[in-house]
Amino acid sequence: MGQEDMGIRTAEVLIEARGLTRRYGPTVAVKELDLTLRKGEIVGLLGPNGAGKSTTMKMLTGNLAPSAGEVTIKGISLRAEPKAAKSHIGYLPEQPPVYPELTVDEYLRFCANLHGVPGKQLGDALTSAKRDCGLADVGSRLVGNLSKGYQQRVGIAQAIIHRPSVVILDEPTVGLDPIQIREIRTLIAELGKAHTVILSSHILPEIQAVCDRVMIIARGTVVYNEPISATNNQSSVVCGFRRPPQAVHLADLEGVDGASPLGDGRFIVSALKNADPRDAIVAAAATNDWGLIELHAQQRTLEEIFVELTSTDVRAAA
Amino acid sequence: MSNILNIARVEWRRIFLSPLAWAVLAVVQFIVGYVFITLLLQYANAASQSPDIGVSDVVAGSLYGFSTVLLLLIMPLMTMRLFSEERKTGSITLLFSAPVSLIEIVLGKFVGALGFIFAVIVLMGLMPLALAWSTNMDWGRIAAGLLGLFLLMMAFASAGIFVSSLTREPTIAAVGSFGLLLVIWLINVVAYNDSIPFHDAFQYLSLIDHFESLRRGVFATADVVYYLLFSALFLWLTVLRLDVERN
Repeated sequence: MGQEDMGIRTAEVLIEARGLTRRYGPTVAVKELDLTLRKGEIVGLLGPNGAGKSTTMKMLTGNLAPSAGEVTIKGISLRAEPKAAKSHIGYLPEQPPVYPELTVDEYLRFCANLHGVPGKQLGDALTSAKRDCGLADVGSRLVGNLSKGYQQRVGIAQAIIHRPSVVILDEPTVGLDPIQIREIRTLIAELGKAHTVILSSHILPEIQAVCDRVMIIARGTVVYNEPISATNNQSSVVCGFRRPPQAVHLADLEGVDGASPLGDGRFIVSALKNADPRDAIVAAAATNDWGLIELHAQQRTLEEIFVELTSTDVRAAA
Repeated sequence: MSNILNIARVEWRRIFLSPLAWAVLAVVQFIVGYVFITLLLQYANAASQSPDIGVSDVVAGSLYGFSTVLLLLIMPLMTMRLFSEERKTGSITLLFSAPVSLIEIVLGKFVGALGFIFAVIVLMGLMPLALAWSTNMDWGRIAAGLLGLFLLMMAFASAGIFVSSLTREPTIAAVGSFGLLLVIWLINVVAYNDSIPFHDAFQYLSLIDHFESLRRGVFATADVVYYLLFSALFLWLTVLRLDVERN
């Protein structure tokens, strides 16, 4: 864990959700979800389709009242003081909430007014939001005549025009072409410098590319919530020996969670969280004369974690 | 308050950016103009026989009386989009996530719709104005008639907004609010049947009966209050409906 992470750990809490639950009749879409978001974080909300990502975001933005639980934004309760709480949020839903018959400028000006940007700062807010989202050249065009990618950008511009502390983006790159996806990704990374961002997606590389922290949601509960750097730490080590020991000997070593043979004297050793057992393996191999011939760390990718966590879920449901 | 005006301004702009508003205004103006000229010719022919009927009676009485039917047909078309279309395209999320209350959203839409109603009133006012150079008009009477039309349309609009908040499909909202308005309009039919208990109450509830006195040039506070209460009721129901949606 680096200095930066330590800094984020102690930073101001911007969004906090406790025991968030949402029922649609008998089905429970989101169950007892806890979430804490600190200043300067970009958090990726991952999950299979229908896991409850959008429902969670709707509850965080006050579009949907939770069946149980509480959301506070900058310490302001969304239930008790919705107006004050909502003024700190910018939200891009799955469908960009645009009016096709207005021009980009008209639309963004309306959004700025709606979010209470004072008249004097309106021009500046408009210019900077358009600049950030690459909309400077299309200000006088009708939103309805823009391509899907540009409409998506207008949606993002709408979410950041009042410079909220928290920006919540629901699948911001869905339906875009690869170049547009890259542009939006750059934009999100840029936003992360000044705002706190929650981003949902089911595209893993996207989350890996821009987020500081990953939350995986499956069947309405959080099943994984770690900094993205933890996916690097949660590694396993592959080692090979000329005179292989029993797997239990390896498993007893410091920092080792378990070991399983791969055949030909090779083992896959899973490490304890944030531990690197390679030193211990080398030392043990030297003392016990195992004849170490291969040793390398194998990183557990986000995809493996995702598949592991969400597929057990499917099995449990079956 | 500034939120209401901001929403209203954009709503008003969007109404007049759509060809629907212009088509509706054109059709209304054509039909009302046609009826106006017909009534005027009738009056000119019959004026010598019944000298106690003035030209203001023709305009404010007959013409505006006829217009109510036309407005009953067009107002559902103008209010159908207000919430249903926003829900269909998802743009309602913008309003729901913004720091504005549901009351402000509903009032904003309503005031936006009032902008269209003003345009209709101006067009209606042009007819008697066209006669002003040639004859003496009873402006008080005409103002009462226009006020009546305004209040009636305001009531139509609030009921239309409520029905629009119930559905995702603008066409269903139009049919629904037309049906609702017609039922409230025709509720006075019941009042003519003496065997029904409280039949007078039904007459009092009817949308059109309160227009009668204004049409005749009588300004009665009770009638004005009826339309204001009617509108407030439906706007309040809309707020409740939107709140239910979040839960």
